[in-house]
Amino acid sequence: MTADRPAIARRDAGTPGTRHPSATPRGCEATEAGRRALEVAGEVRDPEMPMLTLADLGVLRGVEVERDADGEVVVASITPTYTGCPAMATMRDDLVHRLRDAGFDRVEVRVVLDPPWSSDWISERGRAALRAAGLSAPGPAPRRPGPVLLTLGPPRPAPPCPRCGSAATRLTSEFGATACKALYRCTACLEPFEHVKEI
Amino acid sequence: MSDEHGSVFDGLLGGDSSQWAFGTDFEDPLAGVDTTTPDGVDPAELAAYCLMLGDDALIMSQRLSEWCSRAPDLEEDIALANMALDLLGQARLLLARAAAADPAVVPALPEGSPVPPEDALAFFRDDRDFRNVRLAEVPNGDFAHVVVRLLLFSTARLALLERLRTSRDHVLAAVAGKGVKEVAYHRDWAGRWFLTLAQGTEESHRRLLAALDALWPLQGELVAAHPLERSLAGAGVGVDPAELRQEVDAVLDQVLTVSGVPRPGRRPWRASAAGPDATACTPRP
Repeated sequence: MTADRPAIARRDAGTPGTRHPSATPRGCEATEAGRRALEVAGEVRDPEMPMLTLADLGVLRGVEVERDADGEVVVASITPTYTGCPAMATMRDDLVHRLRDAGFDRVEVRVVLDPPWSSDWISERGRAALRAAGLSAPGPAPRRPGPVLLTLGPPRPAPPCPRCGSAATRLTSEFGATACKALYRCTACLEPFEHVKEI
Repeated sequence: MSDEHGSVFDGLLGGDSSQWAFGTDFEDPLAGVDTTTPDGVDPAELAAYCLMLGDDALIMSQRLSEWCSRAPDLEEDIALANMALDLLGQARLLLARAAAADPAVVPALPEGSPVPPEDALAFFRDDRDFRNVRLAEVPNGDFAHVVVRLLLFSTARLALLERLRTSRDHVLAAVAGKGVKEVAYHRDWAGRWFLTLAQGTEESHRRLLAALDALWPLQGELVAAHPLERSLAGAGVGVDPAELRQEVDAVLDQVLTVSGVPRPGRRPWRASAAGPDATACTPRP
């Protein structure tokens, strides 16, 4: 990251006690073009979890309209949820297509690696959408300033079943169908469900 | 193929990527990231260092991905594939960072080749040019083998990434910041399975000990410093793996103690702690 392009999360990180910093991507709403670009990009959905927009997921970090000698260029910044996230190329292409369709001829998508994505960036609206789709939303992400402690027991208190609400759930696997989800099973209604992991 | 394209590949690689459902992904993974080499650092050294870290991840990822469809059950199959994917992502960024620091490390390809530098490094280097540790490379064994291998690998890598978060190199710091979160899950997975196999059946216990005996000698390499690592650690860019020993020892001892498994006798990296029973090992210089 260059110093003159601060990511929104840096600002969030300085807010103590904020459990779920805003997922709202930064944008330059001062101009009509900037406002519209942010609105269009804000509607693009995650390819793996289509109930969420990239903005709700906290992956869309900013939408700016920059000017150079050739005119305006929309610059959208995204950050991967996991380093190896194979959906990044799709997200990038979706953003480019949607913005082009909306009349922005020049679109650039930049990758922001720092600060790393946190599940805390999933917005309240995103959490509600996850629950509505039968997924369990993440709790607060662990803070790891120093050495990371080894966890040989359960990684987190078992989340309640998103379908029947029962607390009697069991971890099946810490790794699910996508890198960001763990697998659980409800022992009351017997349905399996996915939990978005805290990172 | 239409006449517009001289070959299949022209059609595949040229023009609008929108014809592909998932994009072509032939794009710099570091686009928009500051890849300036920090002041006072030799770009060639930085590139070599990134290759070390990147190759460890790449080769380990490859071995883990070989488990796909072969794990004891579907959940563990997916877990191993997930971990392979995390490491592949780290490898991609690290190899791209190596190429950005010193383009001379990238194997020469025919002019006009669309292969991105990180792929050229992954696919077109000779085997001798890879800088990974042997623990990442040894062929796969049984499930106990991959559990032990991941425990040893991720314990050292996590300790390294924790320290690399403050690297003066923006890319290394960013890869580490993200990697810590990922590898913490890998280490926990390996630790839990170690415990499970240790306290499982006689057979699982026997296999675990066999894997531990086979892989333990390769552990020392993870915490042995290469001159290049010392040099870059001094420059505030890299991490001296010798610094990791204490933390790595503590974590492994924790897992071994909880599991009731004695620590293997050979302690190749702890010359000072070596008692009379440790004569079989060669103390590190």
